[in-house]
Amino acid sequence: MNRRDAIGRVALIMGGAVIGADFFLSGCKPNTATQVSDLFDTNHVAFLNEVADTILPTTSSPGAKAANVGQFMAVMVRDCYTPENQKTFLEGVKKLDDASQKQFSSKFMDLTPQQRTELLVALDKEQKDFTTKRNKDMEADMLKHKGDAKYKAPNTPNHYFRMMKELTLLGYFTSEVGATKALRYIAVPGRYDGCVPYKKGDKAWAT
Amino acid sequence: MANLNTDSVKGRTFDAIVIGSGMSGGWAAKELTGKGLKTLMLERGRDVKHIKDYPTTNMYPWEFEHRGEIPMDVQEANPVVNRCYAFREDAEHFFVKDHEHPYVQQKPFDWIRGYQVGGKSLMWARQTQRWSDFDFEGPARDGFAVDWPIRYKDIDLWYSYVEKFAGIAGNRDGIPELPDGEFLPAYPLNDVEDYFSKHVKSNYKNRHVISARCAHLSKPNQIHIDQGRTQCENRILCQRGCPFGGYFSANSSTIPWALKSGNLTLRPFSVVQSIIYDDKLGKATGVRVIDSKTKDVIEYYARIIFVNAAALNTNLLLLNSTSSRFPNGFGNDSGVLGKYVAFHNYSAHIGAEYDGFKDWTTDGRNPAGGGYIPRFRNVYKQETDFLRGYASGFSAYRFRQHKYDGVGATLKENLVKGDLGPWYVGSHMMGETIPKENNFVSLDAKQKDEWGVPLLNISVDYDDNDEKMKKDYVEQLSEMFTSAGFTNIRPSTNHQAPGLDIHEMGGARMGNDPKTSVLNKWNQVHTCKNVFVTDGACMTSTSCQNPSLTYMALTARAADHAIREMNKGNI
Repeated sequence: MNRRDAIGRVALIMGGAVIGADFFLSGCKPNTATQVSDLFDTNHVAFLNEVADTILPTTSSPGAKAANVGQFMAVMVRDCYTPENQKTFLEGVKKLDDASQKQFSSKFMDLTPQQRTELLVALDKEQKDFTTKRNKDMEADMLKHKGDAKYKAPNTPNHYFRMMKELTLLGYFTSEVGATKALRYIAVPGRYDGCVPYKKGDKAWAT
Repeated sequence: MANLNTDSVKGRTFDAIVIGSGMSGGWAAKELTGKGLKTLMLERGRDVKHIKDYPTTNMYPWEFEHRGEIPMDVQEANPVVNRCYAFREDAEHFFVKDHEHPYVQQKPFDWIRGYQVGGKSLMWARQTQRWSDFDFEGPARDGFAVDWPIRYKDIDLWYSYVEKFAGIAGNRDGIPELPDGEFLPAYPLNDVEDYFSKHVKSNYKNRHVISARCAHLSKPNQIHIDQGRTQCENRILCQRGCPFGGYFSANSSTIPWALKSGNLTLRPFSVVQSIIYDDKLGKATGVRVIDSKTKDVIEYYARIIFVNAAALNTNLLLLNSTSSRFPNGFGNDSGVLGKYVAFHNYSAHIGAEYDGFKDWTTDGRNPAGGGYIPRFRNVYKQETDFLRGYASGFSAYRFRQHKYDGVGATLKENLVKGDLGPWYVGSHMMGETIPKENNFVSLDAKQKDEWGVPLLNISVDYDDNDEKMKKDYVEQLSEMFTSAGFTNIRPSTNHQAPGLDIHEMGGARMGNDPKTSVLNKWNQVHTCKNVFVTDGACMTSTSCQNPSLTYMALTARAADHAIREMNKGNI
């Protein structure tokens, strides 16, 4: 009772999200402080903030940049990612810019908001296809090794854009801006009602 | 610690010593000081003052650097405690890290500990159910362990006594196998929990789904206000320590109460190395303490000693308290000390969905966590090929069904206003395990800790009875779920090591016969009546209720007996 497992907690944060699950169940390796500062600089953070703000832009509520989600992403990759995932993520920063060059002959930071959205929509499709294929391959591999007690499923990292998107969603909706301006947040509910009418279209709760 | 006058025996002499400051130690201190005994409470960890020492209690989600996650270097350095559901960024400072206090796992055992004033009462899951005679008579009826030396009538009033003070929310459900108590208003079941409760009531004999009983002040009484506690505000951030005192902990309740009496001396950073036994007097005279910071060894003396170090550490302390009278451990003439350790089997869950009540949801947060299904197997008679049975948690909840495709304003809108999905239901198993001689703890012959105390060997495992019971839980709950119209029923079993249930018990069990038990019916060591053990170590069997409430009641009862015996000059 009240003993939710880690995945359940994530699901609550993300409102039932499954997208973050594999991230939260994955491990990260320890890092020293020097590695940390080598990992990201302020340009990275600015870049990640723009990526995040394209994923979750300002609408009737402020966007992800207002919540400094770029900084959050850097912290989480630094502290909670495995070296393999860190590598994928960091290479992803470059890959994202390469894709931008290829499609618009321009760096991501120099794109118009419309171009950024267009690029990230394409990358989102790419990560979805990648994930579907990866999961299928993993299942097939598992079937192939059925009955092999020593079999360990290969730990293939996610697509880099999936990582960015997951971290953007988690970072934004648990930020002050995201939790209080986009979602609803009450620190001290002071009540529990087990039976209230559900009104479709109500904003989700942050916690 | 200069104020303790450690240089004079007089300054180190008290009426009573309580070893440990958690769930049961707090009660021992409250009861003994309340009767005027000058009491010394020894805690191996640091002090944690109510409210003042809850650093995260009022933090917002966004104030946690990793939004609750434990950084990977910490996770990797602490594989054992990292498996605990409550070891998260907001409460990790209340848990013992693996490297701080090593132990020897002869078999895998996740030993989850809280070394501070208040112990694990700060982070516990707050579920509180009474035992009944179906539990106390279990070993005698089913032929395992030894007979409990007490019955429900011996503890009934003590349950009432501690419930009134601690504050327990619950309904009077009128179920013989889960006796009613002194309850504050219960938290309600939600629609689907209530539906399942009614379905089970009308379709199954002697099976019940009730609102879980928990140590929360749903509506405080004067006695709670007198403790400085106020109504639970449904934050459900309990593991951080509660600024309202909304749930019961030693820190918010028993310890400040004992301090208020003026009779309590609280000494943190005090590792009790052993209990001192005086051959001539034929009784214990005090304890040997190692100051955890200075490593100084200091003796403290008292007429009575309460051992409340938490189940396995109490075993360690008794095993380490050797003398010419007790060469094999304190009060261990029988040789059973450290043996017959048991726990609760939490290794199965079931999830499902329910296609109904779609126009309804919940509001706020439920401190009780939902429903509770008391044990229904082998209660009135033996009916399966395994002994005893299990209680089950049961709860229902809805999630938003978000659409995650794409990026931009539409994605954001979908995430902010995603529709609620169907109701999900979930249950987890809480099974009784059978205490056995070969589930034991012992002192390691070679390895010692930083304070020169032998490390504890732990050799505790599941058995065939547990496997059969687990299978039955999955079958029975699946059948009940099917019968209620739940769909997509997904049982899941795991191989979590014993210990992760955090309900380890036994090792210094109570019993009628000194030849086969360590403690008598008053929790006194059979052969040294001025030493009382009232934490989990005393448990003869485990039943399947969450044990804390029973520890509290046994402690208050034993303290009352101790004072009466002192007044008669018997101890």
